[in-house]
Amino acid sequence: MATLDSKIPKGPLAEKWTQHKSNINLVSPANKRLIDVIVVGTGLAGASASATLAELGYNVKTFCFQDSPRRAHSIAAQGGINAAKNYQGDGDSTHRLFYDTIKGGDYRSREANVYRLAEVSTNIIDQCVAQGVPFARDYGGLLDNRSFGGVLVSRTFYAKGQTGQQLLLGAYSAMNRQIGRGKIKMYNRHEMMDLVVIDGKARGIIARNLVTGEIERHAAHAVVIASGGYGNVFFLSTNAMGSNVSAAWKIHKKGAYFANPCFTQIHPTCIPVSGEHQSKLTLMSESLRNDGRIWVPKNIEDAKAIREGKLKPTQIAEEDRDYYLERRYPAFGNLVPRDVASRAAKERCDAGFGVNATGEAVYLDFSAAIIRYGKEQAHVKGLDENDATLVKKLGQEVVRSKYGNLFQMYEKIVDQNPYETPMMIYPAVHYTMGGVWVDYNLMTSIPGCYAIGEANFSDHGANRLGASALMQGLADGYFVLPYTIGDYLANDIRTGKINTEHPEFEKAEAGVKAQLEGFINAKGKQPVDYYHRQLGKIMWNQCGMSRNENGLKQAIKDIRALREDFYKNVNVPGGTNEFNEELAKAGRVADFLELGELFAKDALERTESCGGHFREESQTAEGEALRDDKNFTYVAAWEYKGNPSKANLHKEELKYEEIEIKTRSYK
Amino acid sequence: MKLTLKVWRQANRTAKGKMETYQIQEVSPNMSFLEMMDMLNQQLMSQGIEPVAFDHDCREGICGMCSMFINGEAHGPDRLVTTCQLHMRKFNDGDTITIEPFRANAFPVIRDLVVDRSAFDRIQHAGGFISVNTSGNTQDANAIPINKTDADHAFDAATCIGCGACVATCKNASAMLFVSAKVSQYALLPQGKVEATERVLNMVKQMDEEGFGNCTNTGACEVECPKGISLENIARMNREYLSASTKG
Repeated sequence: MATLDSKIPKGPLAEKWTQHKSNINLVSPANKRLIDVIVVGTGLAGASASATLAELGYNVKTFCFQDSPRRAHSIAAQGGINAAKNYQGDGDSTHRLFYDTIKGGDYRSREANVYRLAEVSTNIIDQCVAQGVPFARDYGGLLDNRSFGGVLVSRTFYAKGQTGQQLLLGAYSAMNRQIGRGKIKMYNRHEMMDLVVIDGKARGIIARNLVTGEIERHAAHAVVIASGGYGNVFFLSTNAMGSNVSAAWKIHKKGAYFANPCFTQIHPTCIPVSGEHQSKLTLMSESLRNDGRIWVPKNIEDAKAIREGKLKPTQIAEEDRDYYLERRYPAFGNLVPRDVASRAAKERCDAGFGVNATGEAVYLDFSAAIIRYGKEQAHVKGLDENDATLVKKLGQEVVRSKYGNLFQMYEKIVDQNPYETPMMIYPAVHYTMGGVWVDYNLMTSIPGCYAIGEANFSDHGANRLGASALMQGLADGYFVLPYTIGDYLANDIRTGKINTEHPEFEKAEAGVKAQLEGFINAKGKQPVDYYHRQLGKIMWNQCGMSRNENGLKQAIKDIRALREDFYKNVNVPGGTNEFNEELAKAGRVADFLELGELFAKDALERTESCGGHFREESQTAEGEALRDDKNFTYVAAWEYKGNPSKANLHKEELKYEEIEIKTRSYK
Repeated sequence: MKLTLKVWRQANRTAKGKMETYQIQEVSPNMSFLEMMDMLNQQLMSQGIEPVAFDHDCREGICGMCSMFINGEAHGPDRLVTTCQLHMRKFNDGDTITIEPFRANAFPVIRDLVVDRSAFDRIQHAGGFISVNTSGNTQDANAIPINKTDADHAFDAATCIGCGACVATCKNASAMLFVSAKVSQYALLPQGKVEATERVLNMVKQMDEEGFGNCTNTGACEVECPKGISLENIARMNREYLSASTKG
């Protein structure tokens, strides 16, 4: 089997990035003006990369399917962004952030990439403050921090529960400066339909103008995919409705390997499903686990009575509550990593202790935090700490200042007041650690095609720690890609303009048009959403929080059948030359129907449990995930061979030089 | 719930639009407004009618993509929410609901309920940024302490999601609340003060060129703003603008 070249620089881990930066080729300012770069996606990774590349002098063309780059789904990230600043003086360091990320990822990520991420993390905060990002501050005017799951320090910077919004608007503002200067040409409401490869190099894309339906050719010397994750393969997820795998999948079909597709993060604290009409799920930030305690009733009769509406959670005495995370994982308690917290919730609900009508919810309770904060405030203000009403009022004010927007969001959706009664939460699909395979330079296996942010696989292994997605997106876009892309483009300074009349552009365009017309002409009975929902059900039932051989084999069969039916019986109204949301959705669902199969195939191949991937066949006597380091310490990179079922597996062995591989324990 | 929906239909930017009436049944009070619209679209498609085009994406009230003027109010009758966070429990069985796009000269209709808000982007291109390079060679984040009250006010202004409800609500179709939120965020922070003069002049100039109206202090924008952006920002922008004009 072929080995993949990850191009990790030689030298000691802590010096790799610095040395690499000083050794790689540069492009002179005069030559940068002659080079065009396409960026697909405007989330944290895409927006920051676009801004920085333009600032360096490249001509950037940026594409997003939304009506403005500011709407990309990074905007919805809530809790915060990690950085090893050690402002709190609680023992944080680059090495500790690196170690926590590798351990949190269950020893399935690449050491050199993760170390670089930890190394540049501090710079991100400096950069964002300089851009006017209004992070939370304390009364002394300095930046405040909070804690996230899987770590023992406070290294998370935040802006209430809207950190992603503020960071994205920061990156968007940097883009706006370059759009104003004419260095970025922005294409809103445009969808990338295919990658154009000429003589083995990425040389452009085919895009569809979503307003007019026009198919356009765009050439460049390099193409950067920053199109996010593929969580929507589950239909129900915390992703935005438009979030899709298509850009990443199209480059996969043109030769980019797709890595670890089965590594998906199921986030423990989301608002439970309320009914069949549900179109998406809403996350409640992990930061809530700083102050919220997770529990279910200790007695199964109480759980039953709650489900039937005969009992309220507030009526259950303290000693009759099972704070199962604190019980099972005393060292980390409610702040265990996401995969561990999600499985623990599923375990309790499967055992019959779920607390909503469907039996698929647990409580996230703030009453203890409200009292704790209330007493502290009463003390500070010299008021009576034993006045329960006063303490509650003061405590609620503190909680409101920290999490106000999240509580409001919960109340609007569920119609219950979380200041008075515990929130109900359940795990939901949130993030995908897997993605396009990239080397140390973030280049895919197609020369000149890069993947950054959630779209690539490189930094989070089998499980991502909270507040690390924002960190990775901005690290890739602001500080990594702008350097590494120069090394490749240095050889392209004499290439000149890429001609969009090249036969490869024609071929790609014809393929796109044929597919779109195929959808319109199918004139079947079922709407696109029907297929997407069906796919989501298969994925959630067989490839969700726990997986087994039979289920995965069944999933592969079911997805194939569904895909076949889709092309025959889908109903896409309207035409190709107009604003047609159903047509856009059809293209995205077609790609999910292929990715879903590869996902199941990857999960079937990996017979160990690790991070978010739990194989029922591989667990300890206590039901904890059991890794198989001897056989699976590798990245599974899949090569497309005409059909997901024929995909060819390449293994990138993971070598740990700095860190000793251990059983991950949060007890 | 059974509902009667009166929906604006318009094939494209230049076509003439009109209100169409549809009946919908079995709406659950737990549905979001957009899930009700999804249901309507499934029903229309099964009847061979083209679905209603509407903008939406995150469906959790933060991306600013969803719009809709519902029963005469931007984002509908609930307060401090976007349309995607509006739930059907706010309506009654048998209600008639009128659904229109956000209307303003600067927001032309693209199709049905979808409008073109790129004027907002162009105002940001004119000055909605701090001119700092993104290469990472900046001073330490804690080098300049920022007074907590200023930081909090800057944050409050920065929470604007750019949805355009303020423009759609304003009788003058003014974009002052949107523009002033950005101007305020930067004017309150030491990093943004350096180029405050140019910023406010450039952004206001672009705002006027886009064809937005002026502010006559009615305050309807603040009431309908899903993020509760305060009218105080407009007062702050006016002060900034006045002081910048005398300097300039």
